[in-house]
Amino acid sequence: MKIHEYQAKSILAKFGVPTPRGEVVFKKEDAKTAAEKLGTPVVVVKAQIHAGGRGKAGGVKLARSAEQASELAGQILGMKLVTPQTGPEGRIVHRLLIEEGLDIKRELYLSILVDRVAEAPVFMASAAGGMEIEEVAKEHPEAILRETIHPATGLQPYQIRKLAFGLGLAPELVNVAVPFFQSLYRAFVETDASLLEINPCVVTGDGRLVALDAKMVFDDNALGRHPEIRDMRDLDEETPLEVEASKFKLNYIKLDGNVACMVNGAGLAMATMDIIKLSGGSPANFLDVGGGASAEQVKNAFKILLGDPNVRAVFINIFGGILRCDVLATGVVNAAHDLNIKVPVVVRMEGTNVEKGKEILKTSGLNFTVAAGMKDGAEKVVALAGGAR
Amino acid sequence: MSVLIDQKTRVVVQGLTGREGGFHAEQMIAYGTKVVAGVTPGKGGTKHLEVPVFNTVADAVKETGANASVIFVPPPFAADAILEAIDSRLPLVVCITEGTPTLDMVRVAAELRASNTRLIGPNCPGLISPGKCKIGIMPGHIHKAGHVGLVSRSGTLTYEAVDQLTRLGIGQSTCIGIGGDPIIGTSFLDAIKLFNDDADTHAIVMIGEIGGNAEEVAAEFIKTHVKKPVVGFVAGQTAPPGRRMGHAGAIISGGQGTAKTKYAAMQAAGIHTVQSPAEIGHTMEAVLGKAAQR
Repeated sequence: MKIHEYQAKSILAKFGVPTPRGEVVFKKEDAKTAAEKLGTPVVVVKAQIHAGGRGKAGGVKLARSAEQASELAGQILGMKLVTPQTGPEGRIVHRLLIEEGLDIKRELYLSILVDRVAEAPVFMASAAGGMEIEEVAKEHPEAILRETIHPATGLQPYQIRKLAFGLGLAPELVNVAVPFFQSLYRAFVETDASLLEINPCVVTGDGRLVALDAKMVFDDNALGRHPEIRDMRDLDEETPLEVEASKFKLNYIKLDGNVACMVNGAGLAMATMDIIKLSGGSPANFLDVGGGASAEQVKNAFKILLGDPNVRAVFINIFGGILRCDVLATGVVNAAHDLNIKVPVVVRMEGTNVEKGKEILKTSGLNFTVAAGMKDGAEKVVALAGGAR
Repeated sequence: MSVLIDQKTRVVVQGLTGREGGFHAEQMIAYGTKVVAGVTPGKGGTKHLEVPVFNTVADAVKETGANASVIFVPPPFAADAILEAIDSRLPLVVCITEGTPTLDMVRVAAELRASNTRLIGPNCPGLISPGKCKIGIMPGHIHKAGHVGLVSRSGTLTYEAVDQLTRLGIGQSTCIGIGGDPIIGTSFLDAIKLFNDDADTHAIVMIGEIGGNAEEVAAEFIKTHVKKPVVGFVAGQTAPPGRRMGHAGAIISGGQGTAKTKYAAMQAAGIHTVQSPAEIGHTMEAVLGKAAQR
C-alpha cells in the first residue's frame, strides 16, 4: 500500500527523523494560514499524489509570501498531474503539503528495501540526490552504496559510517547521520515497510540532515498489524474498479484491452492474459478469484469485470482440481442470470464432475461457449470480442 | 526415485485441526501420504482424522518420528510455525500459507540458512512424488508417476502443466511448487540441482513468472551444469510494470524481472522455451522424442 508524502513524513517524525515543518491542506484558503504559521521567507507548495516526478509536471512550487502560496495552491488543487509514473491519464490533486523552505547545500539519496537475493533489508545511499535511482543505477551503478542489514542485529553504526563517509559527508555530519539512518531503519522495520525512500535527504546550511521528501510503501500482508497505517489509504489514488474488487478480496488489476478474464490462481491468471495476447486479443484485466472460486466470488468477479465498459467478451479459466465443476457452473449460470449478462462468456474448466458442469452451462439457455482447453478458450473468446485488434 | 519425498516420508501437519489443514490432510491421507501427527497448541492428546494431535512440533517429532512438516496456519502465525519446525530439526518443511509478511520471512530466512532444514514455500501448493507421497494442496489425480521433474512458482498454472503432461502420457518424478512470495525457502536453482542429481528425473519443466531474478540464476546454472533437457515458460509477458500480479513476488520493478529478460536468459542457456502456456506438454513431448532418438 502506498501513502502520501505528508503521511510518510508524519510517520518518520514519530521515529525521530528530522523533516521540514509543514502541514497538509485541502483548500486554497488553508494554504495561506499554513504559510503564515510557518513564517519562513520561502514556503514550498507540494502536490500530494501517489506518484513521483511531481516537480517536473508542475506540482511543486516555491512561494515567497503567504498570498503567493494561496495563489499557487489555487492553481495546483484540482489540477491533473501527468508524470512518467501516473501514466497518460494522470492524477487529480486533492491535497497539498505546505512546507518551510530550507537552505539546501547538498542533496543525497537514501532508501531501504528488501533485497530478494540477500533475503534481508538493504540500505542504499547515493550522492546523486534528487535523481531517479533507476537512472543512477543504469548510468553509474558504482555511485550507489549498499549495506545489507542482518535482521537480528539491525543497522549498525559502523555500517552507517561506511555509507556516510562514502557519501563524502564531513566527520561532524557523519555523527548526525548515525542516529538519523538508524531512525530510518527503525521506521522501516516497525511499520513493515517494503520501501522507504528519502530523495532527497538534504544537508542544510546550518549543518543539519533533513528528509526533504519521503516515500513509503507498505507490505499489504502486514497491514493487519498496523491499523493506523491501513487508515492512511487514499481511495482517490486508486482505480475505482480496483477499490471495489478489494472489498470482495478479489485480486483485480485493470488493463486496457477488451477481453475480460476470470481465473483461479495468480500464475494461471497471468498465463491466461498471455495466451489471450498470443491469440491476437488484448486482456482487459488481471483477476484472481482465489483457489476456491466459490459461487459468491464468481458473482462478485462478474460485477467487477462488467464494470469496465471496454469489455466485449469474458473468458473464465478455472483449473479446479479438487473444486467441483458442477458447483462452479451453477454459480456461473446464476451470476449470469442475476446480473443479466449480455456479453459472450467462454468457460474453460477442469476439475471434479467436469462433464456435469459443462452440461449445466450448455442447457442454461444463456450465451455460454464451452472451451476444450486454454488455447481453444483463448481463441474463441478473442473471436467473440471482435477478433484481433 | 524421486526428490525430497517418497513412501518413507512421515508428515506432521501444523494446523491439522483447522479448516484448511483438516481438509487437505484428509486428501493427503487418501492419496497415500503417511500423515503421522498433527500440531495444534492446546489440543495435545486428542485425535483428529484418527491422527494424534500434539501441543508442539517437538512432541510430535519425538512421539511419531515425523520427518517432514506441512504448515496450514494463518499468515500472522506462519513464520512462527516455520521457526518451530526448524527448531525441531525437521529436514523438510512445506509452508502452504499465503500472505506471510515479508519481514517475517527475512527473520525466518536468517534462521533457515543456518540450519539443515529445507523449506518449500511459503505461498505454494506443496510438492508431490506421484504414486508415493503428496504434501500439499494439489489435486493428486492429475499426476502420473514418471521421469519429468517440474518446478514452478505458481499453483494452478502448475496443475495446468501437469495435466498437459499426464494427458500425453508423460509422467512426473516430483513436482515442486516453490511459491510466489519474494522470499522463499527453496529457489529454482535449488530445485534444478535436486532434479539434475536425481537419476530417475530425465527432463525438467520450469515455470517462472515475472519478478526477481531467480529464473535467470537457475538458467545460468543450467547453461553449464545441466545436460537433461529443460522446457521453460514464464507467466506475465503481458503484465504492466510496477503492479503486483496477485503473488507478492510477481512485480516488475525498475525494468527488472520482466518476462522478456527471463526468456532471454533461458534461451541463452539452451532451455526449450514456450511462449504459450498451452504448449508446455507438447514441447516436452517433442523434446523427449528427440532425446529418445539420440
